Formats: sequence, C-alpha cells, structure tokens
Amino acid sequence: MFGFGGGTSSYEEITETDVVLLWGSNAREAHPIFFHHLLRGIDNGAAMYAVDPRRTSSAEFADVWLGLDVGTDIALANTVAREIIAQGLHNRSFIEHATTGFDDYAASVEPFTLDEGERLTGVPAEAIAEMAHAYATAPRAQILWTLGITEHHTAVENVLSLCNLALLTGHVGRWGSGLVPLRGQNNVQGGGDMGALPDRLPGFQLLSDPQVRARYESTWGCELNPIPGKHLTLMFDAMEEGELRALYVIGENPADSEANVAHARKLLEGLDLLVVQDISLTRTARMADVVLPAAAGWASSEGTVTSSERRVQRVRAAVPPQGDARDDVRIISELASHMGVQWTATSAHELWDEMRSLSPLHGGMSWERLEASGGLQWPCPHEDHPGAEFLHSWLWEPGLDGHAPAPFSTVVHRPPAEALSEQFPLRLTTGRVLDSYNTGAQSAGYSSPIRSGDAIEVSPADAAQLEIVEGDTVRVSSPRGSVDMEVHVTDRLPTGLVFTTFHFPDLVDANLLTNDAWDPRSGTAEFKAAAVRIDPLRDGASRQAVAAGGAGG
Amino acid sequence: MNPAEPNTQTAVTLSIDGREVTVPEGQTILAACTAAGVETPTICWAPNLTPVNVCRVCVVELEGSRTLVPACSRPVEAGMQISTDSERVRHSRRMVLEFLGSANDLSQASEIADWSRHYGADPARYDAPCSDDGSPGSTAGGEAGLEPERVDEPVRIQDDLYIRAYDRCVLCYKCVEACGDDAQHTFAIAVAGRGFDARIRTEYDTELPESACVYCGNCVAVCPTGALQFRTEFDLRAVGEWRPDDQTVTRTVCSYCGVGCNLELHVQDERIVKVTSPADHSVTNGHLCIKGRFGWEYVHAPAFEPPSTDTAER
Amino acid sequence: MADLHFSDAEPTASERQAVLAALSVNGAGDGAVVVDHPRVVRGGTRRRKQLRHLLLPALHALQREAGWISPGGLNFVGRTLGVPPAEAYGVATFYEMFRTDSPSHELSVRHVCVDPICALAGAAPLAEHLRSQGHAVHEGPCLGQCERAPAVFIQGRREPDRVPADDSGPDSLLVSVTASTPESPSLLRQMIERGFDNGESTSMEAYRQRGGGAALDAALRLGPDDVIAQVSAAGLSGRGGAAFPTGIKWRAVADGNGPCHVVANIDESEPGTFKDRLLCELEPLAIIESMAVAGLVVGAQQGWIYIRGEYPLATQRLRGAIAQARSAGWLGDDAAGSGQQFDIELRRGAGAYICGEETALFNSLEGFRGEPRNKPPFPTTHGLFGQPTVVNNPETLLNVNEILRIGPEAYRSVGTEGSPGTKLFCLSGHVGRPGLYEAPFGTPLGELLELAGGVQGTLAAVLLGGAAGSFVGPDALALPLSLEDTRAAGTTLGSGPVMVFNDSADMSGVIERLAKFFRDESCGQCVPCRVGTVRQHELVTSIRRAGGPTEPQRELLGDIADAMGDASICGLGHTAASAVMSAMRLGLLEAEPAGEAVARAARERSEQEREEMGGTARVAQQRDSLGDSAS
Repeated sequence: MFGFGGGTSSYEEITETDVVLLWGSNAREAHPIFFHHLLRGIDNGAAMYAVDPRRTSSAEFADVWLGLDVGTDIALANTVAREIIAQGLHNRSFIEHATTGFDDYAASVEPFTLDEGERLTGVPAEAIAEMAHAYATAPRAQILWTLGITEHHTAVENVLSLCNLALLTGHVGRWGSGLVPLRGQNNVQGGGDMGALPDRLPGFQLLSDPQVRARYESTWGCELNPIPGKHLTLMFDAMEEGELRALYVIGENPADSEANVAHARKLLEGLDLLVVQDISLTRTARMADVVLPAAAGWASSEGTVTSSERRVQRVRAAVPPQGDARDDVRIISELASHMGVQWTATSAHELWDEMRSLSPLHGGMSWERLEASGGLQWPCPHEDHPGAEFLHSWLWEPGLDGHAPAPFSTVVHRPPAEALSEQFPLRLTTGRVLDSYNTGAQSAGYSSPIRSGDAIEVSPADAAQLEIVEGDTVRVSSPRGSVDMEVHVTDRLPTGLVFTTFHFPDLVDANLLTNDAWDPRSGTAEFKAAAVRIDPLRDGASRQAVAAGGAGG
Repeated sequence: MNPAEPNTQTAVTLSIDGREVTVPEGQTILAACTAAGVETPTICWAPNLTPVNVCRVCVVELEGSRTLVPACSRPVEAGMQISTDSERVRHSRRMVLEFLGSANDLSQASEIADWSRHYGADPARYDAPCSDDGSPGSTAGGEAGLEPERVDEPVRIQDDLYIRAYDRCVLCYKCVEACGDDAQHTFAIAVAGRGFDARIRTEYDTELPESACVYCGNCVAVCPTGALQFRTEFDLRAVGEWRPDDQTVTRTVCSYCGVGCNLELHVQDERIVKVTSPADHSVTNGHLCIKGRFGWEYVHAPAFEPPSTDTAER
Repeated sequence: MADLHFSDAEPTASERQAVLAALSVNGAGDGAVVVDHPRVVRGGTRRRKQLRHLLLPALHALQREAGWISPGGLNFVGRTLGVPPAEAYGVATFYEMFRTDSPSHELSVRHVCVDPICALAGAAPLAEHLRSQGHAVHEGPCLGQCERAPAVFIQGRREPDRVPADDSGPDSLLVSVTASTPESPSLLRQMIERGFDNGESTSMEAYRQRGGGAALDAALRLGPDDVIAQVSAAGLSGRGGAAFPTGIKWRAVADGNGPCHVVANIDESEPGTFKDRLLCELEPLAIIESMAVAGLVVGAQQGWIYIRGEYPLATQRLRGAIAQARSAGWLGDDAAGSGQQFDIELRRGAGAYICGEETALFNSLEGFRGEPRNKPPFPTTHGLFGQPTVVNNPETLLNVNEILRIGPEAYRSVGTEGSPGTKLFCLSGHVGRPGLYEAPFGTPLGELLELAGGVQGTLAAVLLGGAAGSFVGPDALALPLSLEDTRAAGTTLGSGPVMVFNDSADMSGVIERLAKFFRDESCGQCVPCRVGTVRQHELVTSIRRAGGPTEPQRELLGDIADAMGDASICGLGHTAASAVMSAMRLGLLEAEPAGEAVARAARERSEQEREEMGGTARVAQQRDSLGDSAS
C-alpha cells in the first residue's frame, strides 16, 4: 500500500503489539507459523478481535469474534471509522501531518452510524464500538487480513477501507503498528515483486514509465511493449471474446481453481494452443496440447522466494527432479532458445544479479548476503542496508521525508455481486483448512491423519430447517452448477451461511458453485460469496457434480 | 529504528572455572558457559523452548549455593563463581545419566550416550547380580536384588506420520512445551501421572488421530531420544536403512503458504526422509505446520501421475 | 477444526450440576466462551488463563459426584474453563484423591495411612478389616492424625468427606510448657484452657471474648512497617521446616510492586506432623486474623488458604471462620476498617505431599500439576500467579499474633538466641502420651520425651522432622531442639514431628516404608528425584531382604543421596535420602535389631489373637488404649 504491494510489518512486531484486528483471515490454519508469532503477542498481552463471517479456529483465540455478513467489510470498516471520528479518537496530528482527503473521507463515512453498521453487517453496534475504541486507543495496533478481504468483487476497496483505519489512527509506519496482508502462496509476494503484474516491472516499477522502460531495454537489449498485459481474469474474458487463442500456464491449475470453473474449463478447451508447465499432471495439464514437466522449485531448484514480511529467502535444490522434469528457468531459457534468443544469464545467481541491478528495492541484496542470512526484507537499496523491518516510517518524519501525503480513499459499500434469492437462499463462502492446500496438487500427496475431505459445513439451525444431519449427502446448487457433498454440522457458522473447502476437486468440484464476478481493479473473483441452495439427497440418488446447463465434473 | 529494543544492555561479569566471562544481563549460565567455550550437557533444554530445568544434567556448582544450580535456566549475576567440572558437578551429571540409562532405552539418543561415556555413567550398577554363587558382584542390586524398574511401554503407531516409543522417553517435557505455549498452543499432550509413573499422554491415552493433535511434528522435532519419531525414520530404521551419515541437509523455503518457513530437507538416497526447521530462524523458530513438515511426498510421486486423491477419504 | 478439541463424551446431568455448583457460575455464561449474541462471541486465551485456577475445585466436584473423573465430566470442565482435555487429565492424574481409570467407583473410599506410626499402630490389619467389611480401601501416606493412629480418612462419594475419629470428638492431647504464664508466648494456652468442644469456641463471639482480634487491632495501630519491625525483632522464622525469617519475607513482598498475595500453606503432609490440623480445628479465626494482618501489612488484596484434602474438619472450620470474618468486617472491601481490600479464598488439595512445597502449591492452586518451580526466583517476587506472595503455615501465622500480643521482647524471653519462641512438636509412636507439645526452642529431646510420658520400652531411634528428616539414636537425648543445635548435629526439626521407635519396631521396615513414601510422592519432574527415589527404594528393599547392606550398596546409596540432594529441583528430592542415610549411619539397616525377634513373636501372637477376637474388637481396643493415653 502507498506505492508498494507488501505488508508493512515484520512478524516479530506482532509479538509486541497491543491490539490485533484479524480481518477475513483464518491464519491459524492458513498461516500456522505466522499464527505462532500472533499467539506470542497474545501471550504478551495483545487483545485480538477476529472479524470473520465464520467463527474460525483463529477466532477461538480472539477476545471477541465479530461475525459480519459476507461481503460487508467496507460497511464495517466505515462504521468503525465513523465511530472513531465521532468519539474524537482519531489521530488529528497524524492526519494533519501525513494524509490528504480526510474531510471527504469523514463525510463519506458519516452515514455509517453504529446502528446503520449493525443493520448492514449483522454485528451488534456495541461490539463494533468496542472494537473501534480498542483499535483507536491502542498504543500499537495491527490489521491483518487474507483472502476474506480480497476474494470479493470489491477487493481493492475492501483493502482501502482498512488502510483508511490505519491512517485515521496513525497505526502505520511505526514499530508494532501496521497493515499486514498474509500471502497465500510461498511466492505470491515475490511474483508481484518480480513484475508478474500486468502493468509493472520488477520492484513495482511502472511499465508505463519511459525512464524505467529505458533502463530495462538497455540491459535486455530489446524493446519493451509499453502496453500493460492482462491479468488472469481479463485473459479469460479475452478467451471468451476470441482475442486470446494460445495460453502458456506455469504452475497454475485454473481448470480446478477458477471460480465458476465449468465456464473456465469451457474456455480452456476452446483455445488453439494450451501449454502447461507444472510439477504434476493437474486437470489443466490433462487438457493441454503440450505439457512441460517442471521440477518442484522449492526442493529441486535454486532461486529465491519472498514472504509476507517482504523477506527474500533462498530456495535450494535438495533432490533431483523426477523423471523428465526440469527446472523452470531451464525450460523457459530453452523455449527462448527455440524462439531464436540465446540468453546468457541462466543460473539463479546470474538472474538475481541482473534483477537487482534493475530493481532499486532489491539493490542491496547480494546473492552472498542472501546465502549467509536468514533472508533480507525489501526495500534494501544498498549492500550496507540491513533491510526494512517495517515500511512507511516517512509518514512520521518531518516533511514526510519528501513523500507525498498518504491519501484517504472514499469507499462505498456494495453488497456481494450475487444477492440471495428465494431460489438460492444460502450464502456460500470458501476457504482453506490446515492440512490441505488449494487444489491439492501438492497436499493430496501425503497421508494426513486429520484430513476430512471437502464437506459442506452447515449451521445447526439451517441443518434443522433442511432436515439434514451430520454425514448426509446433499446437493449444493448455485446458478452455475451443482455439487453433491457430505454434510458437516457446526456451530461455528451463523444461520444462513454455508462453507466448503476446495482441496479435492476430483472428489468435490466446489468451484462449480463459486461466482466469477470479479473486481475490475485487482482481477480477483468473488470466491467468498455465492448464493446457493441445499437439497437433501434421499436414498438411491447417486453423487454427481454438474455445471448448470451442461455436463461437468 | 526499533523502539522496542533496549538501547543499552548491561554486561555482567562472572567467573566460570576460574576464568572471567562477560555476557549481557539476562542471559543464562548456560549461555555464559557457551560463550566461555565450556561445553555443557543438556537434555531438556532447547534454544527455541522456555527452559524447564527438569533433566538436571546441566547443573553447575555456584559458590554460596547449598545445592547445584541448573545452568540452562539460572540467569547470570555479577560476581558469580561457577564451577562446571567439580567433583560434585561430575557426580550429579554422571548420576542423572546413569539414572536415565537404568530406566530408559537410550539406544537412539546418541548425544546422551556420548555424555554418559564422558562422565562414566554405569547404569548396570543397579542390576541384580548374575554371578552363580549369588554373591554381590560389581552391581549393587544385592543378592536379594530387585530388577530395577524401567519405563516399559509399547510402541504406539496410530497413523502414517509419527510413532511414539515411550520406553525411550526421559520426560524432558520438550514435546509438551512445543505442543503447548512455547509454540503450537494445541495442548494435545501433557504429562500425566506422577513420579516414576509419569508419562506423556493425551487425555485418557486417546489415540493420537482422535486427540487434539494437528500433526505439526514440532514435538517430534524437539525429542532428544527418538521416543517420538517420524514414520519415515522409524520405517527405515526397521529395515536397517536409516543412515544419518549418508544424509545431506539442504535449507530451503516451504512450498505452501506465504509465511516463508525455512525447511531443512534431510535427504538420503535422493529422497527426502525428514524435514526440520532451523531453531534460530526468525520466521519459524524451528517450528513448522503439518504441510511444511509432511507435505513433501509429491516431490517423489512418479513423474506425471495424477496426484492420488484416495487419501482424501479417511 | 476447533482448536480446543474434545471427544464426543458428554457429562451426566449430575456431573454438570456438580461442576457448575462448585464453580458458582450460571451455565457456561461465565465460562471460557461467552456468546453475547449470535454474531459476537467472547473467548480467547486470556479468558481461559483467568479461569484456570478453578480447575482443582471443578475436579473435586466431579470426583465426589461420580467417584471418578469421567471423560464426559472432564470434557465439561474443559469446555467450561477452556482447559485442554490433555492438560486437565494431566492435572487429575497427579493427585491421589482423583481417579481416572474406570467408572467402578461406587463407594466412598477409606484412606488408611500406612506410614510408620500408623503401621506400628496396626494400619495393615485395620485396612484388611475395613476391606472385609466391604469398604473401598486405599492404603496411602500419612493423614496427619499420628497422635491417634492408625488414621483413617473417608473420601465421600455423594457424601461429605470425613474422619471417623472426628465423630467421637477430638481426643488429641495438647501440652504446652509455656502456657502457664500469659506473658510468655504460647500458641496453645487458650486451646488447653478451654479444652475441646464441638466447635462452639470457634465462633467469632467466643474468639472475641478470649481476646481475639487484638492482633488485627495492633496491626492497624502500628502500621505495616512497625508490624514487620516487630516480627523481625522477635526473630520469628517459618515453622514449616525451612525456617526462613518471616520479617524478611513480609518486607520483600511489601516492597514489591503490583498485586500480591498471602497464602496460608495448610498442606501439612509431612509424615508425623499434625499440628496445623489441630490449630485449624481449634482456633481457625486466629489463622484468618493473622492472614488479615499479613494482607494488610504487605498490601495484598487476596489471601488464599490451601489446605490438604484429607482435613475435612479443619476445612469446615476454616470456611466457617472466613464467613464469620466477612460478617465481622475483617475481610472485604474495607478489611477491618483499614480502607484496604482483603478477602480469603479456600482451596483444597487433592492428595499430594509435594504440594506442601510452596511453589508446587502455587502451581496446584493455579490449576496446574503440583510440580515445584525452580528457585530463584523466589515467591517473594514470583509467587502465586507470578506475583509477589507471602506464604506461611498456621503455626508461623499464630506466632505473629503472639508477637503482636506480647511484643518482641517478651516473645524472645523463651527459646534460644538463634531460635526465639516456642515450637510445636508432634509426638507420636512409642511414647506414653502422643500429642501436640509446645516447648521453648532449645528444650532437650530427652526432656520432651519425658514430658510426653517417656519412651515405651527401650528407645531404638527417634525420627526428627518426619520422612524428610533424619533418625537420631538414644545418644541424642541431650540434643537441644533448636534450629542451630539440630543443624549442628546434622539433623533437623523440620515442621516438628518427633516419631519415637522402641526396639520392638521393625526399623528396616520403617525405613523401607519411608523410601517407598518418597518413591510414591516424587512428582516425577526432575530426573534425580524421579529415578533416584525408585533406585533408593529398590536398594533399601534389597538390603532389608538380605539383612544388611553390602559395601557397593552403601556406596550406591550414598551416590544416589548425593545426586538427589545436590541436583533435584526442590526440597523433596533434596531430603529424600536424608532418613535413609541417617538410618544407615545408625546401623538401623543392619540385620534385624536385637528386639526384632521378640517383636516379631509378639506380632505373630497378636495376629493370632486378632483372628480369634475378630478385627473390630482388636482395632477398637487399640483405639481405646491410645485414646486413654491422650485424655
């Protein structure tokens, strides 16, 4: 935020903070080792508020769980903001010193009274007020979030609504205070850092900036296309429109992982050419014209990955790749060679040195330093720089250290794209569990004693109303498809909300149900909010999974 | 930059075996010994756990103290006079090692075995004599001697990831700490019972998959005796194929979520046989979750077979 | 996946009710998880930590209701208090009074003491007799009734716990050397003067009439600093065995920051010791008063009584005293008109000798296993809940009242320079009149024995200080019983037990039992004690069978003793070899003593008689004879 796509704080800081808002994150299961740091913080006296539609295992460690309706995060954040302002708990001197747009922002949240917040989110006014006061008055406070914030059609606005709270209270740019998005994959941070964003080059440098482009062009000895590319969701749109006819997929399994996956599969099938490079024969790979077997990067390759605290760390080859599999870099280099370009830098070390010569954020991270240390946190502009524990300390410097003030953003509450209806009266949300991961390409390979498979979790009240019990098989249907699933009744869900994971697509094709409405600013689909119906399957019905209006699963 | 860090750290000077050592205030005698180049045996201590000072093998003699003191947990004070190799210290260390040797199977506790040799521990002293004439031999059990009671427990194999062989358990509490508030906060296991009958247990000795265990393996990672063992190691040992000397250890980063846990891949014959994490790494402090610890098997899956999903149905 | 993971086992309705009643909470509403609203739930680890200290009372309630700690009951307690089931199980299995093994505990349990004094007095035949009558019997360690051995304690199943001997009225003998002059310190004077009653004299009214409350008045008049000054000037040291200067302890806690606590350690479990039980039964308000003095002096808001679970009458009287003290305004938001808040909560132990060790007591009270903590840090800075804590036993507390009553100078008029004041001695075994004796520090052992009616038969040995103490032989009768003289003689007064054995006693049997006692009572935390006590017991057993130790056995016993004494965490391990080693030095482990053959013959005869007479008569006769000597 404020220029870089990275969490502001180091993990260690959460052990010394006073108030934690864990918002849309089940870190206990999705980021277990980060949660160890958080637990130490709680042991050290931090109060935790868990904001999540589900009372997750993370929420069990919270002093207070606030169970908001799915997709009402902005309404809740704005209500918190309005309460802070109404009670005069905002940090006026910080706002004056370091921000712009406060008045417009204050006006935009004014309608979000506690009562209105309760009406919109389902969370009682007193609890919202309590959290607002705790956050605003804490000496140090952090907001943590994960996909509960970003897998919505309002993803970016959701994030901005939380950033606003930090600006309002000055809980950013200081040790122990901050805004921390927890990354879901081991290198999703590094991917963005390295320019795997349609409009960026490594180090978050804008592709549209001619000066930046010029530096790359001179190093690479070629001309760069200045037009930003497409993010994943736009690519699917382009496939739909026939504009995109060939796709090279590296380490992604969209044929299982996309929302409204039946639609995605149809588009993938319609391509002229699908090349898939992956560590296993995923469903997407099985659809491909060409499969390039890749080595498991973390165990069979040299390189780096970057974590949620912006820490760049080395991965190293420990075992040889299986069979014909090859290192990703080697595959790409050889492809380039077949295309007529001979790349000179092919080792991880050489590639890294080239990258850090072009990305000021990484300039000081020599390969030797990365080898010797337990990783370095960007920005690390020169080799004497220890790496940054937290970002944006300039917010507190005189004259903002030459930076432009941080802008408040006015964000509007918009409910989930798919409203509940008589036909689809239940809200479906999805998430991870501890022992499994995404579509199972990795995690299905080991035998977990605590694995329970993908069940549909239902609140006791809904189960009673539907006359279903634990272990029943039911048909879960959304406007996009139907999936038969086993029922798990749990009091961790409020009435009206159902939940499932998506780790076993070969058994339970949960993404047939999810909604591919997406956020135009981030390209993220609204995995977290679909409208569904549950029909009990009575004796004799066989289990199946079908896309609406066609064969699926 | 970091306002939480103390600006100044007071230094404390003490004497260890007659040599002056200066260490930061708040450090333990153990740390001071290490700084002074004095090697200290430890069993229940680990760099990433709160000292519980129960094994007592690290005891040292502190001038003015009636009893020996545990080096692992006792903070240094200015002017302390410490002896680490006095007759009293050697005696207590030897006896602790001897006691453990007389009660437990330490065949897989190589460090304890090394220290036992170093201090001349002789667990056989407690055995009943076996000489034909019944006269007390070198052992002290005596003519009418009783077989010394040992920790006698069957191996518990209840899943594909761990085994628990509590006849090797010296009750160092490390697993309990790692499962509890030193790291995982799951509290699936605790010490139950009392005295010599105390054991590490789930509630009512419930089988592990039915307990609160989440299979992070952090208990196994800190076990000093092989009482807790990964199935991979156990199975290889069973066929005589566990060869630590042939293993390489490579440090890398976990392939799952974005926390950035460092892994040490222990590789034997080009296969991962164990995964640990460095105790001094700021991200993990040596602790992992089930995915990082066990989720590597796909690396060895036959190339480009679709991943099996049979295991999904338990 | 819920993070606290419980099995499917559910509590019975009665278990639920019993636990909730014990916790005085309404449903789970005040428990670890509070549902404010379908969308707002309060919980978290902080809340769980605050409830943890209720675990022991909850387990007591379950045990009494169901006869065991059932999985369903444990789950309910765990859910209510937020305690993980493995942890709760670990705690439950630590204590002698809790059962976790099977659901077949339909009866109240008769605990019969099998420690040396009760063994001499016929504990084994008594236990056998009780079993033959269909009772559930548990043979265990000292029950603190050595003056009326053999001791029985009934742990009630759906009935209150009780001690049968209490039903027939207290028949314990109290003697004080210093009671005749009111200017001298005497803890027992008034108790002796008024004799035993059925508790009428424990009322606030009666207590006031005999001058009760004067210590509180004096403390309020003097103020904290002067009280501590007087306690220090009097040279009062703790009477539990460690003899730490009370004034220093109080000063340290008074000087600390933040919340602090006063704890009365009434987990009197040292074999041969019963003094605190009698003090609590006979003068409970004095203990409350003294705790209030301590609380006001050190600035504690909360006092805690931790009393051993086997003392039902003392518990009942202390509870009554707390209630009366609250009514009288001694306890509460404005304790004794001081403007300070001070109240007392009572907690029962559940059968663990180790919980008398102060840091083990803290852990037990906090709801953890009663495992001692390493010291330092000491309780004065890191005590109960990690906060500064004064821990004293009733005898020490009542001495404070005496000091405030007569002043430090008069207090010092008895005793020795190094050990001012009086000491309570618990005489048991082969003496004419077993009972509780108060004598000035420095009284020679022989004089004390004479006071108690002299040794019955020929003296073989005296065990001073209980299981953790040491044996002295007939040559020690001139030993002045002061802290300094016993220390110089290589022995100890401990908490004051004096166990007398004549030459009919099977001394190697006594010693084997003492070794067994430590094997059973070691908490198991540290290696030297956990394994050392077992090896020591095995060796002593072997030696006993062989009729004496070999040289390697002597050496090994010494090696074990040195390691336990040097490297254990706490006093239990430090002293676990003390009695055995002293016995070996005195030759008590050698082949059977001269009188043994005679004694054995006598035993065999009496067993034959018992069979002829039937167990009841024999036991009753024995009780009567001891009762006679105490009247």
